[in-house]
Parts: sequence; C-alpha cells; structure tokens
Amino acid sequence: MKLPSLRDVATEARLLLIGIPVFIWTMIPIYHMFLFAISPKEDAFSGKLWPDHPTLHNFEIVFKQQHYFLRDFYVQFWNSLVIAASVGVLTLFIATAAAFSISRLKVPGGRVVMNLALFTYFIPAAFLAVPMYRTMGNYGLLNNHWALILAMVTIASPYAIWVLKQASDKLPVELDEAAVMDGATTLQIFRLVYLPLMMPSLVAIGTYAVLLAWNEYLYAFLLLSNDREITLPVALGNFLAADDSPWELLMTTGFIYALPPAAIYYAFRRYMVGGLTAGAVKS
Amino acid sequence: MAITLSGDQALPGPPLSSRLTPAQVWGIVLIAPYLLVFLAFVVYPVCYGLWLARAPSNYVALYNDPIFARAAVNTLIFLVIGINIKMLIALFLSGFFAVQRPWIRWLSVIFILPWAVPSIPTILSVRFMLNPEWGMVNHLIFSFTGDDGPNWLNDPTVALTMAIAVHIWKSLPFWTLILMTGRLAIAQDLFEAAEVDGASWWQKFRFITWPSMQTLYITCTLLSMIWTLGDFNSVYLLTGGGPADLTHVLSTLGIRYLRLDQLSLAMASIVCAIPFVLPLMYFMMKRLSR
Repeated sequence: MKLPSLRDVATEARLLLIGIPVFIWTMIPIYHMFLFAISPKEDAFSGKLWPDHPTLHNFEIVFKQQHYFLRDFYVQFWNSLVIAASVGVLTLFIATAAAFSISRLKVPGGRVVMNLALFTYFIPAAFLAVPMYRTMGNYGLLNNHWALILAMVTIASPYAIWVLKQASDKLPVELDEAAVMDGATTLQIFRLVYLPLMMPSLVAIGTYAVLLAWNEYLYAFLLLSNDREITLPVALGNFLAADDSPWELLMTTGFIYALPPAAIYYAFRRYMVGGLTAGAVKS
Repeated sequence: MAITLSGDQALPGPPLSSRLTPAQVWGIVLIAPYLLVFLAFVVYPVCYGLWLARAPSNYVALYNDPIFARAAVNTLIFLVIGINIKMLIALFLSGFFAVQRPWIRWLSVIFILPWAVPSIPTILSVRFMLNPEWGMVNHLIFSFTGDDGPNWLNDPTVALTMAIAVHIWKSLPFWTLILMTGRLAIAQDLFEAAEVDGASWWQKFRFITWPSMQTLYITCTLLSMIWTLGDFNSVYLLTGGGPADLTHVLSTLGIRYLRLDQLSLAMASIVCAIPFVLPLMYFMMKRLSR
C-alpha cells in the first residue's frame, strides 16, 4: 500500500473541514429531539449533551397514554395513518388516470389540463390554505377527515400528474398499437400494459403523496380541531398551548411521529430521488 | 384558456358520443376526476377568496396595519437574503457532495434527513434549544464564556434570522440534491482538459461549472421563492409570529387574520403578493412546459 501524498492529505482535510460542520448542522435538531426523548425531565432542562440517567420512561408514558395531552395518542396516530394512506391511494388513482388520458389517449384539451396542474403546483401552499379553509366550511367538511384528505390530494396531484405524464411519454407508443391490434380495449391496455410498466414511478408518487400528507401541519391544524379527529402533528402543536408544556413528552411523541417518514423515505430512496428531481426542475 | 370542444353548439350536429372514438371517451372519463378536484378545490376557493378580498376598504385597513408592513418587509428579507444564502450554500455543497468518497456518500444519506422528517417536531426542537434559560445553546455559551447568551426569540431581528436558519436547515438538502444532479451532468472531460491546462478551482468553476449550471440555478432560485412564500412552518413553529407580531411573514399573517376571523383581510394580504407571484409563476410555467 502506498502512503497518501501530502496533497491527498490536504484535500481530505479540506473535505473534512466542510463535512464535519455539515454533519453537526444537519443532526443537531434531530439529536436534540432524541436527547429529550431519552431524558428524564430534570436532565432535559439541564442543557447537557447527554443525560445523566438515560431512560425509556418517556416512551412508556406515551405508549401507555399516561398524560393529559396523550389521552388520544393512538386515535391520533391512526388518524394520521388513515389520512396519509387515503391521500396516497386517491392521488395515485387521480393522477394515473389523468396521466394515462393525457399522454396515451391524447385526450382533447390535455395540454390545457397539464398547464392547469402546473399552475396549481406553483400556488404557494399557505396562500391556498386561507380560501381552502373557507371552502371546506362551505362544503360542510370542516372537522371531517375528508377535508384534509381532499385538500392534500389537491396539493399532491399536480406534481403527481406532472411526473407521471413525463414517465408515460417515455413509453413507446408501439406498445399501445400492438395491444390494439390484438383487440385489447382501452381499459385492458391501462391495466395490463400501462400500469405494470409505470410501477417504479407509481411507487415514487405514492410515497411522495403519503409523506406529504403524513408530515402536513398547516392544513391539518386549520381543517381539523376536535381532539379525536386531529392528526398527530396538530396534537403536537396543541402541547404548546399549556404554560408548562411537557417538553420531554412532546419530543418523544415527535420522535415517534418522525420515524415512519424517515423509514419510508430510506426504504424508497432509490425511487424518490430520481422521481422527485426529475419532476421538480426538469434539468 | 378555455377548453373548446370541436363543433359548434348552435348547429345541431350528430350527437357528441358518435363523433368520439371509444378511446377519446375513456380519455375524458379518466381525466374527469382531476378536473373535478381542480374545479372544487382550486378554482372555487381562489375565485371565492378574490371575491372576499374585493372591497378597497380591506387594502386601506392593511395599509394602516403596522403588522402588515412589517410582515411584507420580513417576507422580502426572507426571499432576498434567505433564499440567496440558501442557494449559494446549496451550490457550494453540491460540489462537496459530488466528490467521490465513501464517507461523503454516507454523509449525503444523513444530510437528507431534515427534508425527510416532518417539520413540527424538529422546529419545536430548535425552539427549545434556543430557550434562554433551559436551552442547550445558551448552556453551551455559558459553559464556554461564563456569560448568558442572547434571548434568541425575544428580539425580532434575531428571531427572524433564526427562522431563516430553520428554513435553510429544512430545505437545503433538496436544493443541494437538485444542483448536484446538474453538476454530475457536466461532461468530465472538460474538467480534465482544464486540469491539463493548469486551471485553478476558481477558473474551473467560473468557466465550466457555472456556465453549464446557470439556468438551472436561476430556475431553482425562482422556484424556491414561490415555495418559500408558502412556507408557514419555519416562522409559525419557531416564533409564532412573535415577539409582538414582529416576525410575521405573509403566509403566517394570512393565517393570523384567519384565526382572528378577519377572512377578507386574510385574503387581501395574500392578494397583495399576487403582482409578485404571478410573473414568477408565468416564468416557471413557460420554463417547465416547453
């Protein structure tokens, strides 16, 4: 093995000089959350970098719902889960149908619909939230899970259609022609030719929609308010209302809440990165 | 942009169904769900919101509300200073993460975390870190210097800076990733040729990297502006708009008016951003729908 030259060492040192601050910067808020989750209250408030008595007691309190704020923990967890799953399924359904229609069936006005979707994609989310809140009230959906599901589908679909349409356009048109020659109906082409070939993009888009809905705070907090209807992030926000918020429990619940998206993200990272970067800027 | 169906409504022609092929009928059926969602949850709310904000008295009220002026200035600071700092760091880090090393690959996997995990627990975590009495940051400052640290969230300037930092923390990974994709697309032999000619790293950046990434960088910056306008969490979860409503941005201000049951003011404050947002949206749509 040859020794690294002085120049290599210098390069490596320079890289580390960037890498170490980047690592610290990235991890601090997450580590701090974890630190609170494993600290008893007195350690958490002492500002130490590692608790004197690390404990899993906070997790026990959360899982046994032994605090006023945690009465509905499982219900709220379930709400988050159901809403995220519903948004994933509905977005996939709506966006796949639209992308198939525009890209493969060349529906008249398809280009206009693409532009409308793109327009929606560019409306700042917090700006749409204000009229959306009132709209859901007019529709009589406030405090109903459907309000949040439909709002998140509205936000997720434009991007989903955009990415799926680009992926559809890459499939050779001869596939459809061959299927038509064999006497396939449009629905058979959709089910037997189109869907299987689109699987990787569908996984990416499904994951994207589920994560978007799971992580959403603003719309959830505007559209749902009843303790047994709200999702976990809204419940976390409500912790702050108290004068002496149980921060160690807040952080523990937050940590539990942050685990599924991180796990899902890493499980589907291969699909996500390609899919998302392809659609976002079309470099 | 109206959807014009083929054929003239005034002339009685053959029924629509006989002029469309089965594939076209399916096309319309399959696109209908999205159109319904778009009409019900984009067109209707936007039109209704604009209608609510129509009275000029709303804009007089906004003009007279010092919180609005402050929020507008804060939004500009966020957009002009915050985004440029973020994008420059992303541009710099995209070069760092493009270097081929096993440990840098690992770091890039960790680096994605802020973007992948939800905002609320992480931003609240930062909020506690900055607590002047019990927070980790001031404990560290005290143990190193023996002095009390600043009251981070009690001074509007410092609090706004921290909100921008949180925004950068959250969205930096995404932009770094996008810019890295752009960097990796540059032909490597250009760099090798420059190396042979003895070019410095700055010359390589100035004459090879930047020209090939310029368009992407500008697009990303503009897109980031639109999305930052819609970023509610960074400010709301860190400062709640405080102290004394001095750190609001337009997105949190709109929600604040909404919570105070002043819906038309909420809409009007958003309408004020339209002259700024529409050109951005127009440019982005032109750029992406090519």
